Amino acid sequence: MLRFILLRLLQAIPVILVVITVTFFLVRAAPGGPFDSDKAVMPEVKAALEAQYRLDLPMSQQYFAYLGDLAKGDFGPSFKYPGRDVNELISAGLPVTAELGAYALLVALILGGLAGIMAALKPNTAQDYIPMSFAMVGICMPTFLLGPLLVLVFGIYLEWLPVAGWGDIPGDKILPSLTLGAAYAAYIARLGRAGMLEVMSQDYIRTARAKGLPEWQIVVKHALRGGMIPVVAFLGPAFAGLLAGSFVVETIFQIPGLGRFYVQAAFNRDYTMILGTTVFLSTLIILFNLLADILAAWMNPRLRAQLGESK
Amino acid sequence: MPFNTLKLFIIILFSCLLMACIGGESKVTTGNRDGILHLGNGTEPQGLDPHVVTGVPESRILRALFEGLVVKNPYTLELEPGVAQRWETSEDGLVLTFYINPAARWSNGDPVTAHDYVWSWQRAMNPAMGNLYAYMLFPVVNAEAYTTGKLEDPNDLGVKALDDLTLQVTLNEPTPYFLQLMDHYSTYAVHRPTIEKFGKATDRFTKWTRAKNIVSNGPFNLSEWLLNRRISVKKSETYWDADKVKLNGLVFYPTENIVSEERMFRAGQLHLTNDTPLEKIPVYQAMENTPFMQAPYLGTYYYMLNTQRAPMDDVRVRKALSMAVDREKLTRTVMQGLVFPAYAITPPGTLGYQPPKLFDYDVEKAKALLAEAGYPNGEGWPGLELMYNTSESHRKIAVAIQQMWKDALNIDVTLANQEWKVYLDALTQMEYQVARRGWIGDYVDPNNFLDMFLTGGGNNKTGYADPLYDELILTKAPQAKSKQERFALFYEAETMLMEEMPIIPIYTYSTKRLVDPAVKGLPSNLMDSFNFKYVWLQAENTTKEGE
Repeated sequence: MLRFILLRLLQAIPVILVVITVTFFLVRAAPGGPFDSDKAVMPEVKAALEAQYRLDLPMSQQYFAYLGDLAKGDFGPSFKYPGRDVNELISAGLPVTAELGAYALLVALILGGLAGIMAALKPNTAQDYIPMSFAMVGICMPTFLLGPLLVLVFGIYLEWLPVAGWGDIPGDKILPSLTLGAAYAAYIARLGRAGMLEVMSQDYIRTARAKGLPEWQIVVKHALRGGMIPVVAFLGPAFAGLLAGSFVVETIFQIPGLGRFYVQAAFNRDYTMILGTTVFLSTLIILFNLLADILAAWMNPRLRAQLGESK
Repeated sequence: MPFNTLKLFIIILFSCLLMACIGGESKVTTGNRDGILHLGNGTEPQGLDPHVVTGVPESRILRALFEGLVVKNPYTLELEPGVAQRWETSEDGLVLTFYINPAARWSNGDPVTAHDYVWSWQRAMNPAMGNLYAYMLFPVVNAEAYTTGKLEDPNDLGVKALDDLTLQVTLNEPTPYFLQLMDHYSTYAVHRPTIEKFGKATDRFTKWTRAKNIVSNGPFNLSEWLLNRRISVKKSETYWDADKVKLNGLVFYPTENIVSEERMFRAGQLHLTNDTPLEKIPVYQAMENTPFMQAPYLGTYYYMLNTQRAPMDDVRVRKALSMAVDREKLTRTVMQGLVFPAYAITPPGTLGYQPPKLFDYDVEKAKALLAEAGYPNGEGWPGLELMYNTSESHRKIAVAIQQMWKDALNIDVTLANQEWKVYLDALTQMEYQVARRGWIGDYVDPNNFLDMFLTGGGNNKTGYADPLYDELILTKAPQAKSKQERFALFYEAETMLMEEMPIIPIYTYSTKRLVDPAVKGLPSNLMDSFNFKYVWLQAENTTKEGE
């Protein structure tokens, strides 16, 4: 098991290097630079700015200087926000996005998990079709539609919840979490249903039934762990996706998260910020995938056995 | 059993929702009580160093934190004392003397002196600073040479402290709008000991502007800066005119998404918005006591024409295109009557200057001109690409104009949109035929619009070049003896420009925002310039609260 983890970590290093290199040269190849603005910039001023950000050096020198800084854990200064470095911007945005992601995941797990289990217990009945139809709608409905709809109902008509902000007014975290969680709830419902259906037809479930165990014990004690394996495999990438993909929800609700910074950085040609967030997020995605694999192995005896053999 | 779990879950969810609603009181209500103005401010500011940043959201916050030598009255835009108690202009208009108010203080209690200004302006113009607005101070003797690195010694600049409270500024030539610039953040003084405590004077990266570090001299002090969340300022105790300041504080919110901003306003989270979504405006206009406010804004929306590329190299084609645009219809329909048709680059009424109107919507004349140019009824038309930066409103206008050109002149025009930075790059390289552009004035003077079209000017990019025009703007207008003479020269120059038509003016901008009725003392003006010193909050139906 330990060897498996170490091997996966080692494999990650070249992947991240490729990500850095490709991003570094791609952002510089894009037309327009960080200091282009609506109003003409005097050449002398532009030269002074480029010198302050090392853009006057040859590309290869810039690249190795950046790698050197990165090795020290320094993502460099932001181009768009003078006086702030990328480390600070990431550490300001990450807790917010992570919190939003965690709530959304919680919403997704509770709603999606329940719907999936319900559907799997009585397949091809109303108890299956109704939650699964909702799940289908959830998958199809983009957050930029669901968010404003929820705001309209709960924020404007009912006046129950704040329409924007994060941590400013009590309750302002509810709508964004619901919005972001809904699509994932739908996925989890479908995955959970499939997983549970498979498990519920297994021999050991029949044995449990034959022993006369009550149905809820069968579901909770015996079926759940096996049935949720597909969901767990989905969780790693899902959480990373929530971190990187919460941009739309952050924009709708004016949330100061990482996603907003990320997309703005691309529009602003904020080279260091684009690189910093890309490297940071890709590292996270790799790590979460690894975690999901480990968790899945722990939950699935068949996989565990395979890993044990290869020792 | 799962049904019961589900029921329980639903009950928990709804009780959570209900509990969240008990928080009740809106920010507008609490703000009215505590004298705190909550406002949408567009975007997160780049920073708060007056010599580093550029942009409207930044300028609004800086205006609360700092004060210039001279400020503009928000009602009349006339100049009134700021840090300078009074000022004098020499007879030849070349020497300005500012007498600094002895009561002016930095927020740490230090007096504001003339030396602060000398040091700050040297910093603002320092080439190493990379200040995009360094050119604001170019009317000052030797400023341009210093910023472009041709002059080494900052002491040769035309700004001197005669004593602690007297600042003398020498200009290259009489510059009537120079006093106005004293209200622009690029000319603000900054606190030297604070900046030097956190790094080199010309360092862009230091932390001196953080809430716990910054020292400023305006009516408010920075109390909190939460990135992408809010910026709060509190009334300053050390400000020389603190008795006049009625608000206890302001909270600026970055509201990039104008649809969300409008919802925040409706939910009572904002006193005033930065903008209003076009599609919501009819609803607000139909309301009684509408919170919707609209006012002319010192800016022009226009199409640039690349005069170095066929078919736009022919002035008859340029004129035909311009005359075939029905601006009245466009502003009435696409822009919902919120903006004003423009027929020249300078917005009308800038301090009494009226731009020439040389043409009108005239399909027959446009057809004749196009025929003269060799394309009768659009025959043999080589095609044309109209470029704009990606945005729904720019697209709507482009589509309308494309159709007008088709209907009037029977010519085909293709539309192309590009992402902002790519777009700027294309304009700089002059890789376009027709391109959208907007220009917002930095100060109220025709010069601010007309000097764009000087030969080879960084903002020109149309290929327009006329030595006579350059002479009018650069030499004759500054030498003018009176305002009338000066404006007559500008009129002459603008007439020359519009006869060559390197641009198609389309409309004059307007500001459109939602303002809570409790907000008082915040008049609309051409510069959209806020002076928070004058603002106060007074809820109209306070009787309900049991007054």
